[in-house]
Amino acid sequence: MAHPWMTSGIVTTVSTHGLHLLLWLTLAWLILGVFALIRIHSLPFAARLFPLGAIVCLSIALMASIMLITGSLPQVAILPLGLPNLPFHARLDTLSAFFLLLLGVSGAGISIFAGGYFRHSHGTAPGLLCLQYHIFLASMALVTLADDAYFFMVAWETMALSSYFLVTAQHRFAEVRRAGFLYLLMAHLGAICILLSFGVLQGGRWQFTFEAMRSAALSPAWASAAFLLALVGFGTKAGLVPMHVWLPEAHPAAPSPVSAMMSGLMLSTAVYGMLRIAFNLLHIRYWWWGVLILALGLFSALYGAVFAAVQTDMKRLLAYSSIENIGVIFTGIGLTILFDASHLPLFASLALSAALIHALNHSIFKSLLFLTTGSVLHATNQRSLGKLGGLIRSMPWVATLALVGTLAIAGLPPLNGFVSEWLLLQSFLYTPLIPHAFLNMLIPLGAAVLALTAALAAYVMVKFYGVIFLGQHREPSLEHAHDADWLERIGLTWLALGCLTIGVLPQLVLRAAGAVTGTLLGQTVNLGSLFGLLAPISPKQASYSGLVLLAGIFVVVGITFIVVRALAHGRIQRTAPWDCGYPWQTSRMQDTAEGFGQPIRHIFGTFFGMERELPSPDDSAPQYRIRIEDRIWGTLYQPITRNVQRLADWIGLLQGGRLPIYLLYSFLTLIALLVFVL
Amino acid sequence: MSAITIVRQLSEVVLAIAIAPLFGGWIAQCRAWLQSRTAPPLIQPYRMLRKLFHKDAALATTASPLFRMTPYILFGTMVLAAAIIPSIATDLTFARAADAIALIGLFATARVFQSLAAMDIGTAFGSMGARRDMMIGFLAEPALLMVLFNAFLLSGSTALPSVVDVRTMHSFFVDPSLLFAAIAFLMVLLAENARIPIDNPATHLELTMIHEAMALEYSARHLALLEWAANLKLFNYACIGFALFLPWGIATQGRDGGVALAVAVGALLVKLVLAGAVLALIEALSAKLRIFRAPEYLAISFLLAVLGLLVHLLLEA
Repeated sequence: MAHPWMTSGIVTTVSTHGLHLLLWLTLAWLILGVFALIRIHSLPFAARLFPLGAIVCLSIALMASIMLITGSLPQVAILPLGLPNLPFHARLDTLSAFFLLLLGVSGAGISIFAGGYFRHSHGTAPGLLCLQYHIFLASMALVTLADDAYFFMVAWETMALSSYFLVTAQHRFAEVRRAGFLYLLMAHLGAICILLSFGVLQGGRWQFTFEAMRSAALSPAWASAAFLLALVGFGTKAGLVPMHVWLPEAHPAAPSPVSAMMSGLMLSTAVYGMLRIAFNLLHIRYWWWGVLILALGLFSALYGAVFAAVQTDMKRLLAYSSIENIGVIFTGIGLTILFDASHLPLFASLALSAALIHALNHSIFKSLLFLTTGSVLHATNQRSLGKLGGLIRSMPWVATLALVGTLAIAGLPPLNGFVSEWLLLQSFLYTPLIPHAFLNMLIPLGAAVLALTAALAAYVMVKFYGVIFLGQHREPSLEHAHDADWLERIGLTWLALGCLTIGVLPQLVLRAAGAVTGTLLGQTVNLGSLFGLLAPISPKQASYSGLVLLAGIFVVVGITFIVVRALAHGRIQRTAPWDCGYPWQTSRMQDTAEGFGQPIRHIFGTFFGMERELPSPDDSAPQYRIRIEDRIWGTLYQPITRNVQRLADWIGLLQGGRLPIYLLYSFLTLIALLVFVL
Repeated sequence: MSAITIVRQLSEVVLAIAIAPLFGGWIAQCRAWLQSRTAPPLIQPYRMLRKLFHKDAALATTASPLFRMTPYILFGTMVLAAAIIPSIATDLTFARAADAIALIGLFATARVFQSLAAMDIGTAFGSMGARRDMMIGFLAEPALLMVLFNAFLLSGSTALPSVVDVRTMHSFFVDPSLLFAAIAFLMVLLAENARIPIDNPATHLELTMIHEAMALEYSARHLALLEWAANLKLFNYACIGFALFLPWGIATQGRDGGVALAVAVGALLVKLVLAGAVLALIEALSAKLRIFRAPEYLAISFLLAVLGLLVHLLLEA
């Protein structure tokens, strides 16, 4: 690890004081936010602060990567905050550093974009929004730095609350308020589970620092209880099925940069929490935990992809796609636990690297896509896919950058989404080595589910991109859609470059992930040279090089182009579309979003509750309407709410609202107490 | 990376580009014979390409740059894939740039670009073809991955050169699991390359077409590149099949002198002739399925591959 430039003075100073510098940078966000309150109603003022926040993001990303490379970790600090005798403990290790890197890289793009995005100010005042935004960022950073349960929960709840206020920025719309309430409710159910999990983890010693939890020896039953509670808690935040219901409501309701932050960054903090508890605070892992997470992850991935394919609102589509990606990440975590419990550390580190890199990738491309929907929303005032189309001609910048995100999220080489999916599929190849007679035959089928999900993701993204940006305008007003402004372009370009860089040089992030697996599992995969092949186990087994693929395609395309021009010609005649000779075509004859989802509704019909309204042949104004419902609502949540309601009604009987009755209660209670005491 | 390796690599790519249309022509010829028609000459595909390259391209007014780029990208990915797949030799410059899983990814990239281009003009047929093609894609992927899983269990690698190296060392003994995998792969090959029973490359029947619907708005040199890329794709799939299931004859590492290469080219041609005849026979004997029978067809293929996997795991254990 002794690169010459790393031994220079500045880097050494930075790396030895890394934790303190990171805490100061987090404070800088908060200061920026408070500063915005000075002119709370001035939009240009707040807009100027967002790019400053992006600089803080970049510094944090830079710091985190220095810390990951130079490796003077872990660092601990006790903050002069908190309650008497209960100070906040902070700790920076490789896992925290990796997630701070993620936060910084994606956060930078989002913050720059946000500088250009907020242009009109109905709803929350811009200064207040800026404050909430930066509190949200800072709380996410503090979640990864917290080293005791108390600090962790404070940061976690700050994160939930600040994001709640951001989701309800447009609080004048009833559906936004409803989505915000659902989000808040689910966030708190999750938080209770996490709190309980910490309660179990302290193991009866009432020490709530993570340091004490690491040394607590739990019995298998208690360890499993802590694990399951953490899974429900963090799973709710991450959006694992069946705890995902808030996600498709909250993400579309929020302004686009906030959707990007929630989907790209906040879901990753849930992944962080899960990893922290499973691999750092718990000293042992059982194979069936892995099977459980794996099953949940695969199911979420498939579920998310299938539902994304039938959505007609572009932000809801992306929200379901987040569920899919979270499923893929948890699949990786499940495999890691399974390999780890089977004492196969090399493959465990392969699976964990895949999960970590996918978390990073997801944060980048999902932010990119959510931000492009923001630009589209600005230009067209439309979120419904059925009213868009052909925007590649009026918004070339956004369309080009969205294409990068689309290809990346569809898991296509040579971009970044493929790298993590490839690594995960590679780790699936070694599951027959697991020493359990039936598991080693069943789990390879998980690879098939993953492949199906990846291919479905491609389907979803072709729909997303094709319906929004390609084809003809579905509404005449789209002719005048304006492209993104320059700050938005910079933000989008930054994220698109991230997709490209990780795709072409995956060794960069594999090194960062390797530092984490080294700490958590004591093993790293074969990292290889920076520009060489990606061969995590050995080149004999499997290798991949995004760089060669990209360069190869470029070279072949270039040569082909030149040869075709030289030997043939480049003449072109512009004509009307051919369309099998049909002359009266209109833009309404293109596939709509519903039409594009039709094969999915046909094949995966059992997943949906579907209501269809078909026109009859002699309707004067024929209408086709379709409503797709999440079955989980009907089968899980509605019975729960019904029972809660019934219970509440029972309790309500006690509250007659009449004073004499209440006095009677007090009297009876007193009598009962007297009888009890005497 | 020696000069010899580069020469070998280049000759493989040139060979692939040259004989891919010939392979398509050969299948068409066989099929014509089986249907007792007069067969078109073997070089008919080249004449077609030549004609197309010399026409003026008619481009829809609504076409974006993506539409014009796509034929080149498609051709580029297919040529690159041909450079990676060990069709005549395993010691190639590019062979390690992508294993079989990454190759599938590369094909998926091509598929997504073609589907996007099909949606670009904004006609009814284009987007219909795009959605059908993407559907076949996601149905075929699990089966294909299970086939590769089989190959991995037998040879301990998903890198095609390693698979070939390991498999040629064994005798001609056919592992039962591989037999299942081979049938599954053949079914996927037919579906992925838009052939009967999933799609019919010979017709422009408007309501049933998949691949043709996506190529509908293309003309002249763009169409030529698209067709050439489709031929290359079929050729590539055939070569992946040879590498996985019939690797004999491919010049392996250390035994790839001039004679070995000549033998390898000869073996490849023989395999292609046989494979083309088999494909034509299948196409002549089966009818095109309704589009919504495709899931069942590919589910059978998937189950066969899983069966192969289970057979292997049970026999090994």
